[in-house]
Amino acid sequence: MSLVRNFIEDWSRYRRSIDEGGFHEYEHMWGMVIDLDKCTGCNACSVACYAENNLAVVGEDKFENGQGMHWMRIERYWDEPNIGNERVRDTQEHGASFMPMMCQQCNSATCEPVCPVSAAYHTPDGLNAQIYNRCVGSRYCANNCPYRLRYFNFFSYYEDSWPSPLDMQLNPDITVRDKGVMEKCTFCVQRIRSTKNAAKMEDRQVVDGEVQTACQQTCPTSAIVFGDLLDHESDVHKLWHKHQTRLGTTKQKKDNPELRGYRLYEQLNTEPSVTYLERVRDV
Amino acid sequence: MAEETHLSATKDIDEKIAWAEINSDVLRSMENPRMGYWLAVVVSICMLMVGVASEVYQYNVGMGPAQLNNPHMWDLYISTFVFWIGMSHSGTLLSAILHLFHADWRKPIYRFAEAMTTFSLMTALVFPIIHLGRVWNMHWVIPYYSDRGIWPNFRSPLVWDAFAITTYLTGSVLFLYIGMIPDLAICRDNAIGWRKRLYTFMSVGWRGDDRQWRNFRKTYLLMACFLIPLAVSVHSIVAADFAMAIMPGWHVTSFPPYFVSGALYSGCAAIITLFVLLRYFFKFEQYMTLPILDKTCKLTFAIAMVWSYLNLIEFASVWYGHDIPAKEVLIAKFTGPYSPFFLGMLFCGSVLPFTLAFEKIRRNPMLLLPISIFLNVGMWLERYMIVAPTLSLAYHPWSWDVMWPGWVEWGIVFGSFGWFGLLFLIFVKVFPSVSMYEVKEMVYHRRRVVYEDAELRAHEYKKGASGASSAAPATEGS
Repeated sequence: MSLVRNFIEDWSRYRRSIDEGGFHEYEHMWGMVIDLDKCTGCNACSVACYAENNLAVVGEDKFENGQGMHWMRIERYWDEPNIGNERVRDTQEHGASFMPMMCQQCNSATCEPVCPVSAAYHTPDGLNAQIYNRCVGSRYCANNCPYRLRYFNFFSYYEDSWPSPLDMQLNPDITVRDKGVMEKCTFCVQRIRSTKNAAKMEDRQVVDGEVQTACQQTCPTSAIVFGDLLDHESDVHKLWHKHQTRLGTTKQKKDNPELRGYRLYEQLNTEPSVTYLERVRDV
Repeated sequence: MAEETHLSATKDIDEKIAWAEINSDVLRSMENPRMGYWLAVVVSICMLMVGVASEVYQYNVGMGPAQLNNPHMWDLYISTFVFWIGMSHSGTLLSAILHLFHADWRKPIYRFAEAMTTFSLMTALVFPIIHLGRVWNMHWVIPYYSDRGIWPNFRSPLVWDAFAITTYLTGSVLFLYIGMIPDLAICRDNAIGWRKRLYTFMSVGWRGDDRQWRNFRKTYLLMACFLIPLAVSVHSIVAADFAMAIMPGWHVTSFPPYFVSGALYSGCAAIITLFVLLRYFFKFEQYMTLPILDKTCKLTFAIAMVWSYLNLIEFASVWYGHDIPAKEVLIAKFTGPYSPFFLGMLFCGSVLPFTLAFEKIRRNPMLLLPISIFLNVGMWLERYMIVAPTLSLAYHPWSWDVMWPGWVEWGIVFGSFGWFGLLFLIFVKVFPSVSMYEVKEMVYHRRRVVYEDAELRAHEYKKGASGASSAAPATEGS
């Protein structure tokens, strides 16, 4: 009988909407909103990420080979200048569009099921974690990531990335990765952990705004908002709600076309936790 | 004399060969091969050295010198892995499937085909291991009881791969060994020194009495039945590595049958190559006869057509489907930077096999050697074209890129051919590469059972139909 009861309980758990965390037992559900209208493409977030997460600076050659380690990257897309024009124009009509890209912390991530050793797994915080010690470097996760946001240590970068005095600036809260390991944005998991520990010591819940990711902290225009999606009072939840971005859908339906929220590659059903707010243009 | 060549051109095997002659010919092959054999050994060792050197370098430095980068996390290693896995399938086709169909012509050639299966699997097994970033932790993929209580992720196709390949390797090694026991007993009776000790141990007391033969037959049949679904499942699982991913051009339902047909195809082409080489190295002209080569080529041709058909299905289902990124990848394969490889694959894989439609070519070993090698080049390109363009042109436009593999990758791929060649060459020198007892069965069958020689009749009929007025001289022989 207990088998049947367990089955029914599990079944109801699996039938739960992903808005409530789906089949995961979430304590938190960390999410993000990035306002592309506010983004100026200054790359400060990227630099902050390098400093916070001990990212190796690989050098020009390796970077050009595509072996760079930028967890947070600003993608730059130029407008197509020649569409509808006979003459090729030198200048861009609208300039560049910027796209800050970091791991989207998908709720049904494509990288997780394919890892042969479960090094990519889902935490109770709704994060997409990568266990460096467990990783054997099969790189299947990176191949299966539609956002191409996983970075592999192709060399032992630590050997010459931080020559002698510079190694003093490494963040002691996070490891320095050796060759053969996959890594990616963690939503600054070390900050989340320390804040949660502090809150636990004081026997209280984590307050919204208490955890700040390095990119959010550094963004001069406050384009990045980070918080707990399960906490209905958090800024990030309010923004998701305001722009009618919902989890558990492959296409956002909105009452008002002026609501700008969307998630990347929703049609693939990866359930990313990052909402982008569209850039508004005059033309 | 002319009559004899004519006979050897129509019969799978000459029924006049004495049984002692079969024994002595095969045993001689293990003693003194032609010079070409030793040349092949030296070439294989040199190639293997290149591969080992590259792997040592990669082990120390990391995956960087292979020029792998962010979109291209897999490249030549995985495509060559699929290639070698594919190569291993035709051994099972010849030894197990054709055994069940009672296709007797397989008998002189199935032993080396089965050896090819085993050794190409061993070569394939190397690739998923050395493509790991941290090779020294490769055992984590295998479920063993660990103190930390951590298991591999059973949802991952790579773990299925580990199971499938090791099972298939075990199965095919057993099958190869069991089928060899009566021959090992013959070797045991004719050997001295270390060979005597080896064969005595391996022939497990084979005396050739009734009970042993009965058990042997049953075991062999059972193993054959066991191995066929295994062979199909192995390559389906390798196909699942790609089909289970969501990438455009990989997420294709028809991949498993497509991979299996491609596997049989490249394996058959490899059998033709090794057929021609072994026939020369070991002076096996009497056993590996041209009619058998002819039939192998026909089989290859048929499988090539199946493969081409499945290729067309894949193109059509993408072209008429609604998966826009997959369509982009397909268009890029035809017109983009990879188009020389892709069109080369279509030429070698689908156009070149039409040369096998001509009987003159099917019976010309000198021509078949380059043709079969090019068929396999086409099949290797197929695997490369499955892996690389999808990674170059996946969903996210920011990461679109084209890469050219680095020297380390080429070195290891090159070395894998040496590794395979060396294992195979050692095998054919130490063990009988033509199955003695089954060739005897064939000869017996010809002598005692086949009174009406259907093939000979067919040949006469063809000659008569083509307008040759003289009667076929061959009827006197039977």
